[in-house]
Parts: sequence; structure tokens; C-alpha cells
Amino acid sequence: MTKRATMRIFLPHASDHYRTIWIWIIFIVGSGLIAGFSQHWSWAVNFPRDWIVPLRFWISDFMEWLIKDLDFGLFTFKEMTRSIAWLLEWPLAVASGILVTGFSFSSDPTTEAVIPPLPWVALIGVAIILGHWMRNWKLALLVGACMTYLAVFGRWESAMVTLSAILIAVPLGIIGGLLIGILAYRSTTFGRSIEPVLDLMQTTPVFAYLVPVLFLFGFGPVAAMISTMIYATPPMIRVTMLALSRVPTESIEAGLMLGCTRRQLLWKVMVPSASPSLMIGINQVIMLSLNMVIIASMIGAGGLGFDVLSSLKRLAIGSGLEAGIAITLLAVALDRLSQSFATRKPKKQGEGKLRFHRHLIMATALLLGTWIISTYLPFIRTYPESWTITTSGFWEDLVKWINVNYFDQIEAFKNFLLLNILIPVKRFMLATPWIVVVAFVMLLGYRLGGWKLALLTASLALFIAFTGGWKKGMVTVYLCGISVVFASMIGIPIGIWAAHSERGHRIVQACIDTLQTLPSFVYLIPVVMLFRVGDFAAMLAIIAYAIAPAIRYTDHGIRQVPTQLIEAAEIFGCTRWQILRKVKLPVALPEIMLGINQTIMMALSMLVITALVGTRDLGQEVYIALTKADTGRGLVAGISVAAIAIICDRLIKAWVSKRRAKLGLDEN
Amino acid sequence: MPKTHNRYFISLVAGAAMLVGTATQADVESTDPIILTLHDWTGQYITTTIMGRVLQEMGYNVKYQQADYLAQFAGLESGDLHVAMEMWETTGKDAMEKSLATGNTIDLGETGMRAIEEWWYPIYMKEKCPGLPDWTALNDCAEVFSTAETAPSGRYLGGPVTWGGYDDERVEALSLNYEVVHAGTDAALFAELESAYQRQAPWLGWVYTPHWAPIKFEGEFVEFPTYSDECYTDKSVGINPNMAYDCGKPRGWIKKVGWKGGEDKWTCAYDAIRKFTIDNQAMGTMVGEVDLDGKSVEDVVENWLNTNQDIWTTWTQCN
Repeated sequence: MTKRATMRIFLPHASDHYRTIWIWIIFIVGSGLIAGFSQHWSWAVNFPRDWIVPLRFWISDFMEWLIKDLDFGLFTFKEMTRSIAWLLEWPLAVASGILVTGFSFSSDPTTEAVIPPLPWVALIGVAIILGHWMRNWKLALLVGACMTYLAVFGRWESAMVTLSAILIAVPLGIIGGLLIGILAYRSTTFGRSIEPVLDLMQTTPVFAYLVPVLFLFGFGPVAAMISTMIYATPPMIRVTMLALSRVPTESIEAGLMLGCTRRQLLWKVMVPSASPSLMIGINQVIMLSLNMVIIASMIGAGGLGFDVLSSLKRLAIGSGLEAGIAITLLAVALDRLSQSFATRKPKKQGEGKLRFHRHLIMATALLLGTWIISTYLPFIRTYPESWTITTSGFWEDLVKWINVNYFDQIEAFKNFLLLNILIPVKRFMLATPWIVVVAFVMLLGYRLGGWKLALLTASLALFIAFTGGWKKGMVTVYLCGISVVFASMIGIPIGIWAAHSERGHRIVQACIDTLQTLPSFVYLIPVVMLFRVGDFAAMLAIIAYAIAPAIRYTDHGIRQVPTQLIEAAEIFGCTRWQILRKVKLPVALPEIMLGINQTIMMALSMLVITALVGTRDLGQEVYIALTKADTGRGLVAGISVAAIAIICDRLIKAWVSKRRAKLGLDEN
Repeated sequence: MPKTHNRYFISLVAGAAMLVGTATQADVESTDPIILTLHDWTGQYITTTIMGRVLQEMGYNVKYQQADYLAQFAGLESGDLHVAMEMWETTGKDAMEKSLATGNTIDLGETGMRAIEEWWYPIYMKEKCPGLPDWTALNDCAEVFSTAETAPSGRYLGGPVTWGGYDDERVEALSLNYEVVHAGTDAALFAELESAYQRQAPWLGWVYTPHWAPIKFEGEFVEFPTYSDECYTDKSVGINPNMAYDCGKPRGWIKKVGWKGGEDKWTCAYDAIRKFTIDNQAMGTMVGEVDLDGKSVEDVVENWLNTNQDIWTTWTQCN
């Protein structure tokens, strides 16, 4: 950070400034002209129907051909995908046999299992031992408590169904992601060509590819697992590529000097030294897989996701909440265990082995012991139903109480926002000529990143127009846009608070972790009860889900402001408020903007969920396509959502890197 | 559901170790599991469980698979799924006919239940709008049923767009001063009803039966001019001479659909499925026991099987 750079925060370059103004003046005049002559140029206002390219039908036809006609000679395409599914079914069957059903060695499902599933007591015990082995008693207690919740609240069997799917999907995702990442790191061509694919995988709503996955891999847990992997693997690939490229050259050189082969260099030097970063990827895979639990249950994964869905269908809010919390706790347990596994300090050789043996012996003894006892005492094998407790009545009464006593106030508040903000913005967005919007994103792209970016953003916007999704696309932009604005307005102040108080930081962390893993379905129903079906309820659900990154990045960004800067400001006699406003926020702004970027991504990924409460956007289009099993329609709408996401992402990132360059901060 | 994941594993272990002989099942055509689909409403859960239990009594292996109501046809056509117990004329007719036309699925006959879907209001609304249930009263009460967003028009909460139902057309054809809002899912639909009912507030929306809602909440269906095929297809029929859909919704059958290949594979099972019938009354009671009294589907079904042995044993006699 040089002194000159500090000065530039306050003094933007003058000639640059004028050019910007001119471009926008031309743009505004142009838009005015189009609006004024809208009667003559109606094609520029509403996208003409006969310009629409029937891409969705082409995709559906292609899919049909893929499933029905593609033949490699020895086997057909469908036979190939089905045998992949069959292969994946194996490990899943073993895992669910161990955790849920036991093995009966007979094709008659009514016979008693010969080898029963692991008793709940044993699993809780093993989880505690694992926690202790990996870190300490505190972790052991936390993990044990999470697992006990599952039993006490009567979610054990469902949780084990979910866990067995996660235990298979996560390692597969991790290994696959690692291998692809390594490949992409080694071959730049492959690395570059995989980038846009990863973008699509991360931003296309899952519902959009659920139908083709069902067609190809059949109904059931395997299809659910494959969709989970498509959704959860990209961060692992990205992290691997990044982590490998950041391995210090000294380590690589040292490895070469010791005479490592290429393979040894990779697995013995680079991967271990990148492992702390790789753990972030693993953590992401676990979290995203658990995010998918609900959607996976819609296509036959069963488990906790199914519990949540079926409770909410009956409007059993409390029981849905309990099942939702079970998902969160499962996520917390897996996350903490995997994190401590990563940060575990290497023990002295002898001691580590001994400790490992001790834990292993204890775990084995526990498993065998409880397994033998459980044949005599059945309550050790399956948690007795009479021991379960539930708080569901309380939650239902709470929502009812709020509903009966405060509905009028809530309604007044809602109507105020709806009539003064939401509806006018929606009207404005729908009335804006499409050509003006395309020109706008193109200009923004040009200003922030040059012609290349302008071309990308414009062609993505045109993709939405030409595939017939313009109207719904604009509703999407309106709904997500408003939600993101509110989420930022709430999230950034909370982030600032968290950055200035250690206690605040901890509280906020716990809250946003919960918000991110708690399935949004859980709060969707109470929200509908209090706010009625419509855009407002959808907006609230989006805000609740998407606020987390706005808080997290603000917190992080402000904490990273160089202390010299703050000290310098203090010497000049700035008040705390001035320091925040004039130093901390401007310097942290790039980081905050990245947070908002993430908020936008998450808002877009919530779209399909909000379609369930009756929005009329691209999310609804994807959802309709899902229920009609229309591959082309779903994919086109899904890619349109991805296009919006990519436009926002590229524009914000371009702005951030420009701003960072101006501030003299380096790229990393 | 999870019970059968380990099928492959079992067959391997059994084959390799010769632990157990062949299955000890009664003589049925095939012990491959018959896969019945489950959707997301309780009534369908109950019909499917009854059928599944009866098939098990006959000696068949049965597997339940969660699948979307309309998306399941892809699975039924390819043989991934075998039997769907409830396909409603009112919501699934088009998808079903399209699927039957492929020749890969077959119609397994009616379930005996009649689907009713119509505009519905809680009973206390009769005080605020005395002309109900006659549809002509709706326009006088538009203000009562309105919200800030729709005022001065009334608000009618329709089902998800995918349910069809032609409510937008109906509003236009009968010149009703109402705005149709679509719910997205049936959970959202009934969440709103529950909320309104708790506050005894005005509510007008799409309710169907057999379902727990009309059991839990007291209310009535609006009486529109009676439905006829011509009313939907012929503009001149009905009160509005220039428009179709100027009448109520059709009341229709609920059918069973199956994978074609299953007919030869499990002949007697398919025969039993064809014979399955139950009426709205019995079904409504069972749905209520599950959704309102909190009993488990399995218990309720078991109870029904015990008390109605004379009914379901006639289904199992294969000829």
C-alpha cells in the first residue's frame, strides 16, 4: 500500500470520469428514444415471438435420441448409463445395509435380518471416539450430542439413510474432484475448457438436470446421488486447481532435487502440501451434499429430506423443523470432524500409533459388545419409540399465536413494502425494452472489463431473449435483485458489527452456519402462513438463505483492513465513525462486493425453491419442466438462470479487480 | 424404501456362500420386486400401502419408490417403476393419455374413488357472504375476499400452474371480479388456508377431495354451473355464449396405471391391482386418522386389512 494508492481512494482519475459520463449520457438518450418511439419499434420493446429459437425442442429431441437410438454397437448409450448406475448401487447397498437395514441373505424382505444394522448406541459411541481421536473431548461431546439428538427426536433411521448416501457420495465427489482438478492443473487446455462447464454446473438449478438424470440413471437413490455429485463436486475441482498452483516452488524444487518421479512429486509433495486448502474443498463438498438432501428426496433418496417434505405437506411445521435441524446437526458433525481431521497436528510417531490403536480397540470393542448385547436387549439395537420426544406442538402453537395476534401488523408492513417498492420495481423491469437492458449490460461490461467482457455479457443476455425466457428472466432479476438489496442492507451492518466484536463474531457465525444448512423448506411454510403466497414470501425466503455471504465477507473484509491504515487515520484524529466510513469500508469494499456476488449466486439458487410458493420467474419454468419431465424446457430455463448468474459474477469480479488495482492491493 | 437397496448385495452373498436356499415364497410368477410409486399426499400413500400389503399377502415382493406424480411416467414406460395407484382425471389425464399412447404403459382401471376439485371457502364465510355456495354470490363478495394487492377484485388462490384447471379462463368466462393467484405447491396452498382458518379470516381457494383439508377444516365447495364436456370445448354452450369454461370443474375418476411389461411378469398381481377398489368415505376416514389423529400409515392400513378381509381377499383370487 503506497501513499499514492491511498490518495486514489479519494481521487478518481479525472479523464476516465468524463468518458464514463459521456457513455452513460448516450445510453440514456438512446433508451429515451426507444421508449419514445415504442409504437414504431415494438420489436425493440417486447422481444418478438417469431425470433425465438426453438432450442428447448432441439434439446428434448437430442435427449430422446440419446436414450432411444444412440448405439455404440456392443451396447446402447442407455445401457451404459444404466450400468454406471448399477455399479454405484453397490456401495450404496452396502452402506445402507450396515447403517439401516442389515443383511438378511434372502430375497424375501419380510424375513428378519441375519446381520442386523449397527446399533444406535454403537454409532453414537464410535462418533464420540472419533471426535476424541481427532481432537479432544470437546469435539467428542459435540459430535456425540448431535448424534444423540437424532435418536432422541426419533430421526435415527431416516438420518442413517441420509448418512449412508452421504458417506458414498462425498468420497466419490472428493476423489473425482481431486482427479479432475489435477488433470486441469496439468493440462492448461483442459483447465481452460473446463472453466465454463464448472460455471454451469454451479449455477444451473439442480431441478433443471434432474429430468435427464432420471431418464438416464433410473428412478431411485442412485439418480439422487448423481445429481448430488454434479452439484457438489465443482468447488472441489476449483479448490484443487488453485491449491496445486499455489504450492511453493521451493517445495517442488526440493522434491525434484530428491529425485522424485512425476507421480511421486504429485502425491508425495504437492498434494500433501496443498492439503490445508484441499480441506476447504472437502468441507464444501460435504456442505453442498447436505444441501441437496431435500431435493434428492424428491426423486427417491428417502431419509431426512423425505421427512422434511412429508411433514410440511401435512403442515406439521414442528416436525418438519425437527427433521430440518437433524440435517443441520448431521452437517455440523461431519463438518467439524472433517475439519479437525485436516488440522490435526501430526503426533510423534510412536505416540500417534499408540493413540490410534487405543481408539481403534475401543471402537471395535464397543461395536462387537453392543452388537452381541443387542441380540438380547433390542432397545440397544433400535432406539425405542417410547423414548423419543418431540417439541412439534410448541412450534405449531407458536406460529398460530403469532398468526392470530400479529397478522394485521405483519400484513400492514407487507402491504407497505409491496405497494411502494416491490410492485413498482417489477412494473419498471417488465416495461423496460429488452434492447435497452442488453445494451446496458454490454456497456457495463465494456466499462469494467473491455470488449471481451462486453461481448460475453451481451451474448448471455441475448441467449435468454432468443430462447424465449425474457419476461420470466426479468421477473427473476427483479425478485433476486430486490432480495439481494435487502439482504445487503441487513447483512452488511451485521457484518460490520461482527467485525468489531469477538462475541458478535461467534454468535453471527453460529447463526449463519445454521441458516445455510437448515433446509429452506422448513421456514417456507411458516412464511407462507404469515405472509401469504406471492412475491413477498418468496423474497423473505431468499433473503434468509442468501444473507449469509453478505455478513461473512463484510466481517472478513473489515478484519483484513491493514492496521497501518487505521493507525494512520487515528493519528490524523479521525473519530471511530470516520475511520469506518472513510477508511475501513472503502478498503474492504472489494471484499464486500465479493460477498454480494455470493449473495446473488445463492439468491439465484433459491429460485426454484421459491417457485414452490408461486412465483412466476425462471425458477417456476424449471419447476414446471420438472413436473412435466420436459428436458429441453428445464435445461433452457436452467441455463438462462446460469446466464444471469454469470453476467453478475463477471461484472462484479471485473469491478473488484479494477478497484483493487486502484487501491494498490494485489490480486490475491 | 431402503429395505431393498441391498438386493444385489444379498444375491451376491447368497450366491457365493450358499448360505440360504431359494426363496421360501409362495408360488408366484416372479419374486422380482413389484415397484409401487409413492407421491406426496397421504391418500395416495394409503392406497399404495394397502395394495402393497395385499400383494405381499399373495407372496409377491414389493418395493416402494418415491417418484413425482407426473415425472413418474418416464419410469413407468421404461419399467424402472411398475405401478402407480392414483392417477386423477382432473390433474393427470393428459400425461396419462400421452403415456398410454406410447404402448409401454397400461390402464389398470378405476380405484372407485371420485375426485372433486373446486373453489372452496371455510364455512364461516357464509355469514360474511350470505349468497354462497351459489357462484353468483361471488361477485357481490369480491371486496370481502380481496387483499391489498388485488383490491378491489377478490383473490382466489389456485393450485400450482401444473395442475391445470382453467381457473383463469373460468374467471373470464363467468366475468368474475377475481384475480387468480397460483400457489406453487399444495403445501403452500393449505398453509394459507390453515393460517386464514386460525384467524377466521376470508379465504377462497382450490381444495380437492379425497384430502385431509376438507376433513380438518369445515367448509363448502362453490356451486358453479354443472360441468359438461361441451362446456369446455364448445364456446356456445353454457351461460356465456362466446366463451368456453363457463362452468365448474369436472369430477372424475382416479385410476391405476402400470408398466406394460408387468402384465406378463406378474399376471395375478396385475389382476389384483385391477380389482382394487375403495370409496371416498373409507379413504377420507383413513386420511383423517393419519393426518389429524397422528397415527402411522402402516397402523391404519393394517387395521383396514383386518376389518375388511372379505373385501381384499376377493382381489387375490386369480383366474
